[in-house]
Amino acid sequence: MKKLTLEELKKIKEKAQSDLQARSPEGKDKIVVHMGTCGIAAGARETLLAILDEIEKRNLQNVVVTQAGCIGLCEYEPLISVQKVGGPKVLYKHVTPEKARKIIAQHVINGQIVTEDVLSTE
Amino acid sequence: MAERAHILICAGAACISAGEESFKSALERELKEAGIYEEVKIIETGCFGTCDLGPVMVIYPEGTFYIHLKPQDAKEIVNEHLLKGRVVERLLVKEPELKKPLPTINDLPFFKNQVRIALRNVGFIDPLNIEEYIARDGYSALAKVLTEMTPEEVISEVKKSGLRGRGGAGFPTGLKWELGRKAKGDEKYIICNADEGDPGAFMDRSILEGDPHSVIEGMLIGAYAIGAKKGYVYIRAEYPLAIKRLTSAIEQARNYGLLGENILGSDFSFDIEIRIGAGAFVCGEETALIASVEGKRGMPRPRPPFPVNSGLWGKPTVINNVETWANIPVIILKGADWFASLGTEKSKGTKVFALAGKINMTGLIEVPMGITLREIVYNVGGGIPGGKKFKAVQIGGPAGGCIPADYLDTPVDYESITSLGAIMGSGGLIVMDEDNCMVDVAKFFLTFTQDESCGKCIPCRVGTKRMLEILDRITKGEGKEEDLYELEELAKVVRNTSLCGLGKGAPNPVLTTLKYFRDEYIAHIRDKKCPAKVCTALIHYEVIREQCRKCAICFKNCPVGAIFKDEDGTYVIDQEKCTKCGICFQVCPFKAIKKE
Repeated sequence: MKKLTLEELKKIKEKAQSDLQARSPEGKDKIVVHMGTCGIAAGARETLLAILDEIEKRNLQNVVVTQAGCIGLCEYEPLISVQKVGGPKVLYKHVTPEKARKIIAQHVINGQIVTEDVLSTE
Repeated sequence: MAERAHILICAGAACISAGEESFKSALERELKEAGIYEEVKIIETGCFGTCDLGPVMVIYPEGTFYIHLKPQDAKEIVNEHLLKGRVVERLLVKEPELKKPLPTINDLPFFKNQVRIALRNVGFIDPLNIEEYIARDGYSALAKVLTEMTPEEVISEVKKSGLRGRGGAGFPTGLKWELGRKAKGDEKYIICNADEGDPGAFMDRSILEGDPHSVIEGMLIGAYAIGAKKGYVYIRAEYPLAIKRLTSAIEQARNYGLLGENILGSDFSFDIEIRIGAGAFVCGEETALIASVEGKRGMPRPRPPFPVNSGLWGKPTVINNVETWANIPVIILKGADWFASLGTEKSKGTKVFALAGKINMTGLIEVPMGITLREIVYNVGGGIPGGKKFKAVQIGGPAGGCIPADYLDTPVDYESITSLGAIMGSGGLIVMDEDNCMVDVAKFFLTFTQDESCGKCIPCRVGTKRMLEILDRITKGEGKEEDLYELEELAKVVRNTSLCGLGKGAPNPVLTTLKYFRDEYIAHIRDKKCPAKVCTALIHYEVIREQCRKCAICFKNCPVGAIFKDEDGTYVIDQEKCTKCGICFQVCPFKAIKKE
């Protein structure tokens, strides 16, 4: 390998820091995918994969994705909740992979809630 | 694909021996089975510090901390946690008093009461991946000194920080570097002392295993400050994992041009070689270590001249311990004032300790200087197991001393610890409870130093042997009262006349136990009793007739056939035949065996 210059060291640092982001959830937008048996049966796995794919494609650094279990609203599965830093926690219903991609573009990136899919806001 | 979870598995030596590798392969298998192997990242880190709970792992971003992992747990973790987002409660730490599980690693009191500088990355990054180190500001301190600071400025920053050598003696690091810079000679050397040999201590090993680049970066900065082109890491052969990870870190640093010629485009050049020591305790002493690197027998020589003027091959050599080097990059990046704000007036920063012995959380900790022993034992270490009474801490390894319960509120700093007759040492901290016999403890450490004496000087070679003979007599119940006087006199002679630290420190365990636990020595000599019931020659086992249920368990388990049945069927121990192994005492379900 070629010898590092100061500039290159900085670049490696920036890139590597974004890889390590996953280890600190503070100060980040959160997407929670509900993955109870009901959710999985309704297709939550595909939704999760679409979310991960969209995050990768758009190179979003400030988002963490976690899962949670069933919250008792099985008929609305797949459910995801999105909470931007400082914003309300928004629960979306019937989130297909397509809807998930839209929610990321519209809500996570542009801060506009996708009102037609909202189940509740807290 | 972006990974949605990072799984950090502790691959410190304790977790590996507890089965980390087989758990990891089971986890990988289950992840593949569930089809989510690509979505998560598995990283083997250095020691988390929670060695008692191993094998352990953390799943980020939540920081869920799972303990005592077995291969058969992997399936549940994958199916429940990673697929469905449900925490597997039975694998969490339970807080002893509240009996409630603690979900994340940051909730543990063990971590809450620590301040991590030398261990800043240990357990948090992949030690085999230089980029993770770089992401955590790694090599930024090197870049800073090469572009913004003169060697003199580096030295004055280290001096201002108040950092003292973490190898034990506590010599001011900046001053040593200044002497190294001023020393005459074209060629100068840097040495990292990783010959950690104290029984119960594993700080240096853990740093090298968990964050080898921090040591390399520290050495680079030191080399720039004193003007050295070449450095050595002297590490003992018993640390194969540390050697492996350090070797790989050095190779990566070379590939990136962070070691070698013209580092980061500057005119500074430096490279590091590893020297593997055969594991003689005395080789941790700097002059003996230097002899060993030179290929000679590892024996100390009188000082002066000090290594800083005449060290490796007669050239000026700055030698610091692993933990000291690991502190350097942080001091440069965050500044001397920040570092000096931690700790006490004369002891700045933090100290890494290996907590061992009769304590709930054995493991690796880093705490600010000035913290009291009580806080370490009870807040960080979680107290003494089994509701037993705290008796003493042995601090500083075989050259250290025992500090009794009366001094639990002593702040941990170089001066306070030394004033009690112990030393900071490299940071071994062994907790003892009422079941430890202090005469036996003194004998244990003296046996170690006597074994490890290189034999060059008479006080150490012969003096420790005579002291050990006296201790041995006392533990066998053959001691006389004059022995105590003789032991003390000998200890003082050995301490004052030995050539190096090994001999000078060897009497410390004896002197401190004589000072704080004299009554235990007297009980052994005068009453022929061992109050803690440890010294086998002074204890005996007896069946309590009224409680014996005649179940024959003791009879069946006695390895020497010393137990027989008397006329009414009660069991009796033949004191002549009994070897005092204590098996009958352990196996009796009715507590009908008395130990005295």
